[in-house]
Amino acid sequence: MTVTAGKEATRSVGTGLTRVEGREKVTGAARYAAEVPFPDLAHGWLVLSTAARGRIRSVETAPVLAMPGVLEVLHHGNALPVDAGFVIPLLGTPPDSLVALFQDDRIPCAGWPAALVVAETSEQAREAAEALVVHYETEPHDILLSGDRPDAVALDSQVTGPGVTLKGDLEAELAASSFVVDAQYTTPQEHHNPMEPHAAVARWHEGTLEVVDANQGSGYIAQLLAQLFSLDPATVRVRAEHVGGGFGGKGQISVHQVAAVMAATKLERPVRVVLTRRQVFALTGYRSATVQRVRLGADADGRLRALSHRCLAMTSTTYDFAEPTTAVARVMYDADAHHTSNEIVRLDVPTPSFMRSPGETPGAFALECAMDELAEKSGIDPIELRIRNEPERGPVSGLPFSSRNVVACFQEGARRFGWSERDPRPGIRRDGRWLIGTGTAAATHLVMSVPSTAAVTAEPDGTFTVRIGASDIGTGARTTLTMIAAEALDVVPDRVRIHIGDSSLPPAVIALGSTGTRSWGWAIKIAVDELRNMLIPGMTIPPEGITARSDTTAAVVGLMQNAPKERHTYGAHFAEAAVDTTTGEVRVRRMLGVFAAGPIVNPLTARSQLTGGMIWGISMALHEEAVLDEVTGGIVGADLASYHIAAHADVPKVEATWVEEPPDPDDPVGLKGIGELGNVGPAAAIANAVWHATGVRHRHLPIRPDRVLSALSDTVRGKATR
Amino acid sequence: MTSTTSMITLKVNGEKHVLPVDHRTTLLDALRERLDLTGTKKGCDQGQCGACTVLLDGRRVVSCLQLAMAAEDREITTIEGLAEDDRLHPVQQAFLDLDGYQCGYCTPGQICSAVAVLAEHAAGWPSAVTGDVRPEAGQPELTAEEIRERMSGNLCRCGAYVAIVEAVARAADAPGKASAVTARPEGARR
Amino acid sequence: MKEFQYQRAGDVPGAVALLAADPEARFLGGGTNLVDLMKCGVERPARLVDIRRLPLDRIEPSREGGLRIGATVTNSDLAAHAEVRSRYPALAQAVLAGASGQLRNMATVGGNLLQRTRCPYFADLAKPCNKRAPGSGCPAITGEHHNHAILGASDHCVATHPSDMGVALTAFDAIVQYETAEGPGELPLTEFYLPVGDSPHRETALPPGALITGVTLPPARVAANSRYRKVRERASYAFAMGSIAAALDVRDGIVHDVRLAFGAVASRPWRARAAERLLVGRPADAEAFAAAADAELAAARPLAGNAYKVTLIRNLVVSELTTLVQEGTR
Repeated sequence: MTVTAGKEATRSVGTGLTRVEGREKVTGAARYAAEVPFPDLAHGWLVLSTAARGRIRSVETAPVLAMPGVLEVLHHGNALPVDAGFVIPLLGTPPDSLVALFQDDRIPCAGWPAALVVAETSEQAREAAEALVVHYETEPHDILLSGDRPDAVALDSQVTGPGVTLKGDLEAELAASSFVVDAQYTTPQEHHNPMEPHAAVARWHEGTLEVVDANQGSGYIAQLLAQLFSLDPATVRVRAEHVGGGFGGKGQISVHQVAAVMAATKLERPVRVVLTRRQVFALTGYRSATVQRVRLGADADGRLRALSHRCLAMTSTTYDFAEPTTAVARVMYDADAHHTSNEIVRLDVPTPSFMRSPGETPGAFALECAMDELAEKSGIDPIELRIRNEPERGPVSGLPFSSRNVVACFQEGARRFGWSERDPRPGIRRDGRWLIGTGTAAATHLVMSVPSTAAVTAEPDGTFTVRIGASDIGTGARTTLTMIAAEALDVVPDRVRIHIGDSSLPPAVIALGSTGTRSWGWAIKIAVDELRNMLIPGMTIPPEGITARSDTTAAVVGLMQNAPKERHTYGAHFAEAAVDTTTGEVRVRRMLGVFAAGPIVNPLTARSQLTGGMIWGISMALHEEAVLDEVTGGIVGADLASYHIAAHADVPKVEATWVEEPPDPDDPVGLKGIGELGNVGPAAAIANAVWHATGVRHRHLPIRPDRVLSALSDTVRGKATR
Repeated sequence: MTSTTSMITLKVNGEKHVLPVDHRTTLLDALRERLDLTGTKKGCDQGQCGACTVLLDGRRVVSCLQLAMAAEDREITTIEGLAEDDRLHPVQQAFLDLDGYQCGYCTPGQICSAVAVLAEHAAGWPSAVTGDVRPEAGQPELTAEEIRERMSGNLCRCGAYVAIVEAVARAADAPGKASAVTARPEGARR
Repeated sequence: MKEFQYQRAGDVPGAVALLAADPEARFLGGGTNLVDLMKCGVERPARLVDIRRLPLDRIEPSREGGLRIGATVTNSDLAAHAEVRSRYPALAQAVLAGASGQLRNMATVGGNLLQRTRCPYFADLAKPCNKRAPGSGCPAITGEHHNHAILGASDHCVATHPSDMGVALTAFDAIVQYETAEGPGELPLTEFYLPVGDSPHRETALPPGALITGVTLPPARVAANSRYRKVRERASYAFAMGSIAAALDVRDGIVHDVRLAFGAVASRPWRARAAERLLVGRPADAEAFAAAADAELAAARPLAGNAYKVTLIRNLVVSELTTLVQEGTR
């Protein structure tokens, strides 16, 4: 075709568009990693350590190799060598030694991979894996995280920032405060549990290592696999067309990929490794339990004089991961004395990892509950208290905010939720067997952009093709990016085709830290600008099309250097909770979230992401908890019957909406991310509502019926003895 | 065939398939690994998530705990069998229109389950939140609360529950909602 | 999962004969528990005898005027049955409170009674468990046990029975019928489960190789005014932390007849006979209900982390009986 001038008079961004791949998803046609067929496929089944610490003495492979269909047993005695000593640029550290699969006999924690059995069918592989006898030499293990661990250390990290920030004389300001809150909040170990268990198929094909994988960034995984196996990056191709959820748990190179590649290389045929749900718990990271102490001191009118947030989390002995729990405190509230620290204890456990809004989520639970306690003590409305403590500049950085519309969120939310009619007194509203309360909490999440590249092609048939190494793990990215491209191109989204989820596409950041839409959208916009410059009205498009490419590296670095600011999204959560004091049951009756997150590209999928995050808040507040068994060092009940996530019946009408934000003139892209924001603060809003319903504070999650009942009996006993 | 494998006939979406199976093979694995019907998902493989929901003789079951052997000669309907040619089942259409999913992995199970929920409700089955289960109380209204309870065997980690419930409610009002399958009315085999 | 032979039983005597011939054989009903346990490696049968197509799927009036429920009746059909819903509403409610719609379509009445505990240590081969591996120990007693037993447990095992249906059946004096190679037999459900003692791996009084063929519910007027209430860690699709089946007949303000059974507190559905005895002939008020609950729960021996169950069950007794007083006078 020839290029014509003029517009299609379209506006994509801001109008709801159903998912580009929606039809495939509702008809079952969308294929996930374990569902892509390969001829001559063999099945790998992992064998995990039952010892919590020690060494593998021996692996009795002979009887298993004699079982029907068994092809291979890989273990530390016969594994391919790998090199895990390289530094991952994104993290600034080498990978967790977990990915140095079967390289030695060391067992640092329960559930560590001990062997991989490969067989012709998955039934044969499973039985052989269960039959494999591994002898261990065990050593005493230490898995207990507690607030008084003397071996806690603060950790600085490239990703999670400084371990400690200190400003002012905390004790003096606390002493001078009219109101003081000093409380310990604890959150349990929580697991991502995407519905799709981790899976990878690997095969060598015409000199290329092909991996079909469940991950959050195929280019990134390809790069790391190439380094780990010392391969030319050009010979490694990773694809993840559809991914059944990630939430951070599919962001790193992991055991399933490494095991599949190792077995496929050794057997010279395609090998698939799918984790069982129990193995997903053991191998794919989790959010560490946290022990947090929050101290707040305020003057008579509620202004904070002192804020101290100390968090203890655990990590493994194989990788230092520090849950960046105080991220919220470093952004939301200033005080004359402002102290934060993220500390870790190294234990004989698997390595925790990034899980949907890492740090912000447990941190917001503690801090936003503490603010509610301060509101109670000072007699100031919780929203008013937050408004009085709005900082002018970043409390730690001293930088200006690019935007900060948290007050607008609270005000809009208060209006919609009916906050003004709220009686602040706890424990006085009854509806049948239920006591009713409402609570609120703030939300915030970091806005980042990560260098990415894209290619946009004008095709001869008048359509456009976008190629970018992005991924859609359920976020709606495929649809959102189509809309961003269509808007930039001034065409209807139907005329834009997008390719993502493939390491052969132009490299782009993985789906992490709510950076996707902003980083990928930026790269697409620049490529489209370039393409529009290349397209001259009247010109004929050649058969191969006309392609423009972009690389945002310079722009991203430039923005950070030239306009350093505190860039965040914000929100306000409102929850109504009902508590049955005879059974301890807690039900969330309604939730509202109002967010300030820049322009919203696709209201349809944005609402899904934000409400999804808020529902994670319900799940965190009421249900989720993994317990470690002190004797065996492993999780008690590593399955979805013991580890409860919210089900349909737990989720009421949950509403998410947003306020208009004026653009930041210094920001060339404007877009922000919303994948995690909805999950920062909702658990605090619910916990605060439970207090408002009953008059009892729950500082440990989840707020389970047994804990509600026990706390109420304690309160009654306390009153009786006073 | 050996003593631990057999040749069986599976009737899936109206089509007969004759295949040898290891007795250990679940219906879920038979569908996914042997018949290349990968729309049915494996989320937990132990009956704790609902991602593998299919219809067996019109009733929803979790195919991960259903041995393929025991499903022989029964009518199996999977997500691939719900649409008629190009026309989506009203439940599928409602999920698509209302964004009743995110990652899409639990979606086939949610949809199959929802199709059965509508049929179960039409057959007058009560649920755990039905105030009065006695038959004289009549058919419970299919409120949001009823939909939530009846759909609770299908977990969604993305948290798409709000839109899923809206989609089921919309499909409940759509004509031809129970066209693909019908739950056996109570007492039909008595 | 070990390789196994699979046979579909043609009739009841054939099914019983197949099992009698092979000590490593198991009956397969809905499979919702057995297949899961086979995947976990807890059960490793060499042969499955599929009984789902036996003609045991009927619910019929019994000679005595109650109901006879076939062993392979699904949970769904049981809960949807008009007679069950009108004459034993707590039974329908109990079934509907269990598992999910999908699982209820698969699970059978016989299998429900024989299902194993959901104690997380039991299903995890990497952990000790006296029920699974006698003599290996019970880590739940000092470990994670917030949902374990407070009644009838021992130093060897504190696991609970997970059934909801069984709680209502226990309250209504259900009788379990079975068939063996030597002939038929029956057991009241209250005597069906063995005390835990030092042999938690021995769970029922069924003779080896017996096939449950059905359950009979005697007629009971009191059952028409009955309720089942279940408290769990999420609003649906979870096992109970505590549950209660209650039936009440009040005449002139005085308790004429009452049935009480508790779930998730013991290795079996717990029939609260002490409470029942105390209530008959007393005024139907909250004070009497609480006193009755206290009498039953006097035997409770909670662990460090599950004392809440005593409060929970006591509160459920009071609230459900109080509701039944109101509903019974409607």
